[in-house]
Amino acid sequence: MPTIKTIDDLERLREKAKKVKEMRDQTGKTQIVVGMGTVGIAAGARETLKAILTNIEEKHLSDIILRQTANIGLVGQDPVVQVTLPGAETVTYGKITPAMATRIMEEHVVQGNIVQEFQIDA
Amino acid sequence: MTYYRSTVLVSMDPVCIDKGALDVKEELIKELAKQNLTGEVQVLDCPRLGDPDREGPDILVYPEGSHYIQLTTETVGPIVMEHFIKGRELQQHNSKLPDLTDEEISDPKEKEIRVILENIGEIDPRNIEEYIAVDGYQALAKVLDEMSPEEVIQIILDSKLRGRGGAGFPTGLKWKFARQAPNTPKFMVCNADEGDPGAFMNRKVLEGDPHSVIEGMAIGAYAVGANQGYVYCRAEYPIAVSTLNIAIEQAREYGLLGKNILGSGFDFDVEVRMGAGAFVCGEETALLASIEGSRGEPRVRPPFPASKGLWAKPTNINNVETYANVPKIIHRGLEWYTSMGSEKSKGTKTFALAGDVAHTGLIEVPFGMTLREIIYDIGGGIKGGKAFKAVQTGGPMGGCLPASNLDLEVDYETLGAAGSIMGSGGMIVMDEETCMVDIARFFMEFTQDESCGKCVPCRVGTRRILEILERICAGKGVPEDIPLLRQLCDEIIQDSLCGLGQGAPNPVISTMKHFMDEYEAHIYEKRCPAKVCRSLITFEILADKCTGCTVCARNCPVNAISGERKQTHVIDTELCIRCGICKQVCNFDAVVIN
Repeated sequence: MPTIKTIDDLERLREKAKKVKEMRDQTGKTQIVVGMGTVGIAAGARETLKAILTNIEEKHLSDIILRQTANIGLVGQDPVVQVTLPGAETVTYGKITPAMATRIMEEHVVQGNIVQEFQIDA
Repeated sequence: MTYYRSTVLVSMDPVCIDKGALDVKEELIKELAKQNLTGEVQVLDCPRLGDPDREGPDILVYPEGSHYIQLTTETVGPIVMEHFIKGRELQQHNSKLPDLTDEEISDPKEKEIRVILENIGEIDPRNIEEYIAVDGYQALAKVLDEMSPEEVIQIILDSKLRGRGGAGFPTGLKWKFARQAPNTPKFMVCNADEGDPGAFMNRKVLEGDPHSVIEGMAIGAYAVGANQGYVYCRAEYPIAVSTLNIAIEQAREYGLLGKNILGSGFDFDVEVRMGAGAFVCGEETALLASIEGSRGEPRVRPPFPASKGLWAKPTNINNVETYANVPKIIHRGLEWYTSMGSEKSKGTKTFALAGDVAHTGLIEVPFGMTLREIIYDIGGGIKGGKAFKAVQTGGPMGGCLPASNLDLEVDYETLGAAGSIMGSGGMIVMDEETCMVDIARFFMEFTQDESCGKCVPCRVGTRRILEILERICAGKGVPEDIPLLRQLCDEIIQDSLCGLGQGAPNPVISTMKHFMDEYEAHIYEKRCPAKVCRSLITFEILADKCTGCTVCARNCPVNAISGERKQTHVIDTELCIRCGICKQVCNFDAVVIN
C-alpha cells in the first residue's frame, strides 16, 4: 500500500479514495446493463463487459452503476447493452463488440450523444 | 484504480461465524479469483444481516440487493457462477431482507447535527483510505505544514472545546498546561473506558470511525510536545479494541503514524492498553495508575496529570469524543464550529437516549438544546403515550430531573445547577411507572460495587446508604432514615477523593429533593406509589374481567395461580413472587397491581 510521505501524496490518495467510495452510493448515477444470459455469453458479452470496465477505469469515470442481467430477450441482438443516463430514457444497443462499447462509452456516456447506428428498438 | 461493479457484504455476526461464515467468505474470495472477478467484485465484512439462527451464514450482494442465505462452502461456487458470471439471481438460498435498521443509531432526526457520528456506518472503519476519502488526516497535514504548536493550542482555546468526558474542562487550557510543563517525555492518553451503564457513544466512534480519534491525538501530541500516545479502552469492548488496533496498524503502514509524519520531522505513535472491568478506572488518575500496572485507585490532585501524569511525566488525558472533535475543528474552521452550541459550550454532544422514550439510541445535538426538545422532538416522547416522570443525565452519578426542568438548556453549568451532571452523555428517560426510590437504590448498588475502597466515607458510606434504601424498598423504612440519608450524602461528597464518591449520592439527593412524597409513602404508608417495589405490591385478578382462560396459571413460574377452566382464577399472594408475567400474558387486563 502507498506510503504517504508528503502532503501531495495525501491529496492524491484522497482524490482516488473519494472516487472509489462514491461508487457505493447509488443515487443519480448512469446505469449500464449488459445482457449476460447464455446466449449473450456465447456472443461475447463478457468481453464487451470487460471493455466497458476498462473504459471506466482508464477514463476515471465516476457515478456509474454497471450491472449484468440474464437474457434480455432480444433475439439475435446479443451482446446487448442498455444505457440510462440520470433522468433520461433507456437506450438499447445491439451486437456490441468491445470496440463498439468503447465508442458508446465515449460518445453516449461521457458526452451524452446516443450512438444511433448501434441502437435497436427494445 | 479498481472499479468495483459489485459489492458483497458478508455477515460477521457471531452466530454466523459459528456456522462457518469465515470459511464461506474464504471460499467466496477463492471462487471470485478463479473466475477473474477479484477486481470487479468487492467483498466486505458487515454485522448481522438476516436472522443468523435461521439464515446464517448469509451475504448481501449490491447493487441488486440479493440476500443469499444458509450458505456453505459448496453453495458458494454455484452462486458466483449464476449471479456474477451469468447475471441471474439464484432462486435457491434466497430470502428477501426486511429493511435493515441499526438499533444503536438511526438516521438523524431533524434537529440533530451529526459531527462526531457523521462517518459511522458511512465508511469502512477497517480501511484507512475511506477515512482519507472523507477528508481524513487533512487536519493533521494542515497542522504539520502550516501551524506551530502554540497556534494549534490557540485554535482549540478559541473553539471553546470542552472535555467531553463529563468535567467540561477547556481542552485548550489542558493542552497549554501540558505544553508548559518542563519535563519530558510527554504522553497523550485517550480515556476510552466509558464505564457508565447504557452509554456507548465512545464505543460507536471507536468501532466506526477510529481514525478520527487517532488523528485528534496526533494533533494534540504535536501541540503538547508528546511523541507517544495510549488509548485506554475497557476490556468489555473487544471489537473497539480490535478495530483500533487495525486502524493504528494501517496508519503506521501509510506513514501517518510513526517517524517523520508527512515529512515534518514530527514523530508520534499510539498503543492500546486494555482495562479490566473497573468503573473507577474511568477516573483519570486511576486510569493512569492502571496503565502503569498498579491497582486502579485515584490519587490526590494537584499535581494534575498535565504536570505529573504517567510515570510522573506530563500527560494530557482526554475523552474519545474530545479528541474526535479536534480534526473537525481544524479542518472546517472556527467559524463553523463556534456557530453551533451555546455561549459557554461550543459544538455538539452525543447522547445515548435510553429508557421509556420512543426512539432510543445515539443522537448528537448542539449544546443549548432543551431537554424537552431532546426527549420529545428527537426521542419521540414517552413510549406508549405514558406520562413523563424524570430524566437522569450523566450516568450513575447523575441527578434525576423532573418535568419542571424540561425546558432546561442542556449545558455543563445548567445541569450542575439543577442538581445533575453532563457526564459522558447518558440520558435515561423514566415514565410514571418508575419508582424513584428504587432508581436511587439501583444506582447506589452500582456505585457501591464499583467503589475502589480507598476512602472510608465512600467505601463504607455508600454501603450504608444502600442498606437504608434497600430497607425502605422492602417496606422496613423508618422516619429517621431521611435525615440519616442526607447526613451520609453530605459527608461522602465532602470527604471523597474522586468523582465516584463525590457523585454517588447525586441520585439519592435529587430524588429526595423532587420526589420526597415517594420516600414518605414507602416509609410511612409502606406503599410504593409506582407499584414497583416487590415487597410492597400484590398482584390480584379481577373477578369481573377474568374469563378463566388459564393462560396466566400456565405461565406462572411458581404455580401461584389456581382456577378451573372458565372459572375466575386466584393468585396465592404467599407464593407470588411479583414477577409480573401473569399481567403481561393476560389478554383481558384482568391482572392489577395493588
